[in-house]
Amino acid sequence: MAVTDMGRGVADAPPKVALLNNPRVRGAIYQVLLAVVLVYLVYAGIGNMLGNMERAGISTGFGFLDNTAGFAISQSLIDYDQGVSTYGRVFVVGLLNTLIVAVIGIFFATIIGFLVGVARLSNNWIVNRLATAYVEFFRNIPLLLHIFIWYFGVLRLLPQARDSFDFGFLGLLNNRGYFAPKPIWGEGAMLILYALIAAIAIAWGISRWAHKRQMETGQIFPAFWTGLGLIIGLPLLAFLVMGAPLSWDIPVAGGFRPSGGMTVIPEFLALLVALTTYTAAFIAEIVRAGILGVSKGQSEAAHALGLRQGQNLRLVIIPQALRIIIPPLTSQYLNLTKNSSLAVAIAYPDLVSVFQGTTLNQTGLAPQIVAITMLTYLTISLLTSAFMNWYNNRVALVER
Amino acid sequence: MTKTVLTGVLGAAVLALGASTASAATLDDVKAKGFVQCGVSQGLPGFSNPDADGEWSGMDVDLCRGIAAAIFGDATAVKFTPLSAKERFTALQSGEVDVLSRNTTWTMSRDTQLGLNFAGVNYYDGQGFMIRTDMNINSALELSGASICTNTGTTTELNVADYFRANNMEYELVAFEKADEVVAAYDAGRCDVYTTDQSGLYAQRLKLTDPGAHKVLPEIISKEPLGPVVRQGDDQWFNIIKWVHNATLNAEELGVTMDNVEEMKESDNPAIRRLLGTEGEFGTDIGLDNDWAAKAIAAIGNYGEIFDRNVGPDTELAIGRGVNALWSQGGLQYAPPIR
Amino acid sequence: MIDRTNVTAPPENTGPATAFVRGEMLAEQPAPITESGPIGWIRTNLFPSVPQAILTLFCLYILYLIVPSIIRFLFVDAVWTGTDRTVCATEVQGGVRAPGWFGACWAYVGTYTNQFIYGRYPDEEQWRVNIAGFLFFGGLIPLLIPSVPFKRENLIFMVLIVPVATLILLTGGNFEVGGMILPLAILTAIALIAVFGFSKGAQSDPIPGLITTAAIFAGIFIVLGVLAVDFGLERVETEDWGGLLVTMVIAVTGIAASLPLGIALALGRRSDLPIVKFVSVVFIEFWRGVPLITVLFMSSVMLPLFLPEGVSFDKLLRALIGVALFSSAYMAEVVRGGLQALPKGQYEGAMALGLNWGQMTRMIILPQALKLVIPGIVNTFIGLFKDTTLVLIIGLFDFLGTIQSSYTDPTWSSPVQSMTGYSFAAIVYFIFCYAMSRYSMFMERQLDTSHRS
Repeated sequence: MAVTDMGRGVADAPPKVALLNNPRVRGAIYQVLLAVVLVYLVYAGIGNMLGNMERAGISTGFGFLDNTAGFAISQSLIDYDQGVSTYGRVFVVGLLNTLIVAVIGIFFATIIGFLVGVARLSNNWIVNRLATAYVEFFRNIPLLLHIFIWYFGVLRLLPQARDSFDFGFLGLLNNRGYFAPKPIWGEGAMLILYALIAAIAIAWGISRWAHKRQMETGQIFPAFWTGLGLIIGLPLLAFLVMGAPLSWDIPVAGGFRPSGGMTVIPEFLALLVALTTYTAAFIAEIVRAGILGVSKGQSEAAHALGLRQGQNLRLVIIPQALRIIIPPLTSQYLNLTKNSSLAVAIAYPDLVSVFQGTTLNQTGLAPQIVAITMLTYLTISLLTSAFMNWYNNRVALVER
Repeated sequence: MTKTVLTGVLGAAVLALGASTASAATLDDVKAKGFVQCGVSQGLPGFSNPDADGEWSGMDVDLCRGIAAAIFGDATAVKFTPLSAKERFTALQSGEVDVLSRNTTWTMSRDTQLGLNFAGVNYYDGQGFMIRTDMNINSALELSGASICTNTGTTTELNVADYFRANNMEYELVAFEKADEVVAAYDAGRCDVYTTDQSGLYAQRLKLTDPGAHKVLPEIISKEPLGPVVRQGDDQWFNIIKWVHNATLNAEELGVTMDNVEEMKESDNPAIRRLLGTEGEFGTDIGLDNDWAAKAIAAIGNYGEIFDRNVGPDTELAIGRGVNALWSQGGLQYAPPIR
Repeated sequence: MIDRTNVTAPPENTGPATAFVRGEMLAEQPAPITESGPIGWIRTNLFPSVPQAILTLFCLYILYLIVPSIIRFLFVDAVWTGTDRTVCATEVQGGVRAPGWFGACWAYVGTYTNQFIYGRYPDEEQWRVNIAGFLFFGGLIPLLIPSVPFKRENLIFMVLIVPVATLILLTGGNFEVGGMILPLAILTAIALIAVFGFSKGAQSDPIPGLITTAAIFAGIFIVLGVLAVDFGLERVETEDWGGLLVTMVIAVTGIAASLPLGIALALGRRSDLPIVKFVSVVFIEFWRGVPLITVLFMSSVMLPLFLPEGVSFDKLLRALIGVALFSSAYMAEVVRGGLQALPKGQYEGAMALGLNWGQMTRMIILPQALKLVIPGIVNTFIGLFKDTTLVLIIGLFDFLGTIQSSYTDPTWSSPVQSMTGYSFAAIVYFIFCYAMSRYSMFMERQLDTSHRS
């Protein structure tokens, strides 16, 4: 009915349209209404919050970040002294702990995910089935349960500190964590670092040059292997020239826990393993879909051109599959980073655990701390998306 | 008007699971809804712990039942809200609970900064350490280098930091969100030491696989006066909580028990007569009947009975009275007289 | 030789020149044993080449490491009956098992099953949960099977009757709604006036709009009235809810609330109106950029601060709000995918017919787009179902939370208790999620074919 009404209105008297029937006016009205309601809600919410905070005696502002924290943190990548360091420092410690578990987790999850994804396409029946079972098992069980199983289940099976598994040079493993040997660099160690940087720079230069030459002359230069050789060889050379300025601080069993070496706390291990295996299952599915998404004609054409199987994969299939893979892969990376916040359930001192948990408890300043934490995650997410979008644009199909 | 409408819409939205409103006069609200909403722990044997049927028991729970009995004459007119350490103060501030009786330590900052009042101390506690017996450690001063499990969001985390710093010892702190997770991790051998209030150690020890293989070290490294908390600005309600607790102490001092409270009403001792409401108008002053204390004691007994029933030597926790004995027996529990 | 010539049929063809030509087809022979049957299958699928053979052996070794120990733990060494921890502990631990025994303690799961499903919901009231569950699944299953008729009636049943009935059954009904009548009446009046004024301004007939508005508010009043009725059911506080019940309540409410919100946001994100678009994008990107656990912390710690003094929310409700906001952002992206997948011609065709935006969206776009994204919605639901476990961190007892809290019971505490509980949880979650993901794939195939034909 309304349809015919409108139709007639348009047909009969186009110039005499009522003001409210003008789409632009309508749009403006809707938008103003929405804006008013939202502004009112935000205003009322913040007003309530400030009122409640004042009544409850919760102080506003961010001055607490300069106060001394006074509690200990079990893992810190930077100097942290419980008696001296501030809540601001706690934030940084937590953020770094989040980032380290996320970065290492992303690294391993990508490798496992690609392997399992390729394995799911294998013609080998058992490899294929095992990969499918892996994906279905890890995907269909909540991550938190994975973390609990690894932490409370597997931890119980590890030995006490005094009967640690002893891997000799590789360190000790017990229910206090993995005690790895710690490298101690002697004099001249900086030269090795310089050599590494120089090698990377040269390798990059060579690959640019090789690419250019191939474009011009068609000759192929093994840039990858040369670069790899440089990156490994040059620092090694520097290492030998300087007389091997490296010794290892190997952990020794004894006391409450082994002394010396580097400690990797069990919370970190459990979280890392759970995050990696869980996310890898999703990445595997993405990789599988990506490879299946490249049409068969592409690899037939590549074979027709005389490319070998390896070249076909490297030059034809993977670059095209990556285009399909990268957008969902990005969101998996983000998921992993966000999921690392489940650390709070097993006392791994990540951002949520030490900042939104302990610091919030000690200061009671919920609004400020929740806001800082959420904005931090938001920033990480947006930065990662921005980077991956940029990368995605680079590999995207350039259409005519 | 928009405010009314908004509140109305909000009300409609939350109708589903019920929103409670709290006004300045908590007693009137409580009387109107017919029960006391009491914030307790999520499970701490001896203080507030649900059994398999969901029945709550413990010292903190009994205090709430006593309050309900004093107001309604019915110790069951109380509902319990289990709260984590993190939620407890917000829950009280926002009016979700009427009283917080959740082994909460009375500290100056909590008393002065959070808009809350502590109505008394129903258990004098102190932070202690529990370790495995086979570690052959007899003093907390031998704990240098140990891994320590504890709850986050409590004063224990700060106390242990102070103690180890003062004694120049190293340690590794593993802080969990929930008490159950701390116990599980300690039981699994993640830590050498479990630290929390000593009463809590005795209570949580029951949850370990082999309680006999663990012991509590003698050192107490902090003062932890635990007591009920109410919102600031409602003196009447504050007084009710304070005096229900004091009544249980006075009752023990005067020899009034759960069983003899009726006959004691006929006692010649004026102090007992004032306590049980046969003399004077003490109840009306706090908005209750004059036999408020008699009703509370009939329901939960005097302080000594509460203590013995929940944490005393005959229970699984087996905690002695110690500093929680009455002042007349060398302890710290001392109630102002009813007069 | 002779045999063959004998059988060879046409005599005119026989001659010395063609004697070597086979006159008839060879009978079909079975494939060589190495290429067919189990052996051939093994050859082609497991050992086609040396590297593949190595890979196969490696996989078999992994299976050998994992599978037997899992089967031993779950079945062979498991304890099925018993009344307390002694049956599930070794002699050293104060039990009856031989040293080194390590098996699941199903006896403990058996005694706790009721709590794992209902939490601390009172025993004598659990029939209410059962009826609610029956109503819900009874309405859901026919809705999920594409070939069952009466979809519209079914949907109305699921959207209108089931939520109200479930709410009353689970909580006990008899809500206090008196305070809401007046504000709602005012709101009704304002809405009616607004609709009337708008129609007048647009020079169209105000009656249909007024009728619709009045009907919506009348519906709200009826629902309120039903909720206020005292059915004589005992009130069960949400603190006593637990186990699978809480998991289902959070997951289902979360998805049900996020669907309309997500559709609105997705439409908003594709809108031409700049403010609407901006608000939608900010909302979606914000919730997608933060972890759920921070959202839950926010809703449990901060929500009380945003409300006017004296108003407070139930703890479960606070978690529900957080979950609904969070999942609506993900739902919005799923729906947006569906909107984008529709060919532009659909929009243009609708506009050419003279439909306005509301009619076009309601009658042309959403029915097609939503059908396209059913698998996506199911996948979002699977994610949400798994994510409900996070509420245990803020102290609610969902299925996993209930299992974890049962570990503190000294009656059953033994070293295998936690592994048993977690295994049980893993099995249950796996069954639910796997079934749902199968359904999602089934729908994907269904929709795929219908689209191509």
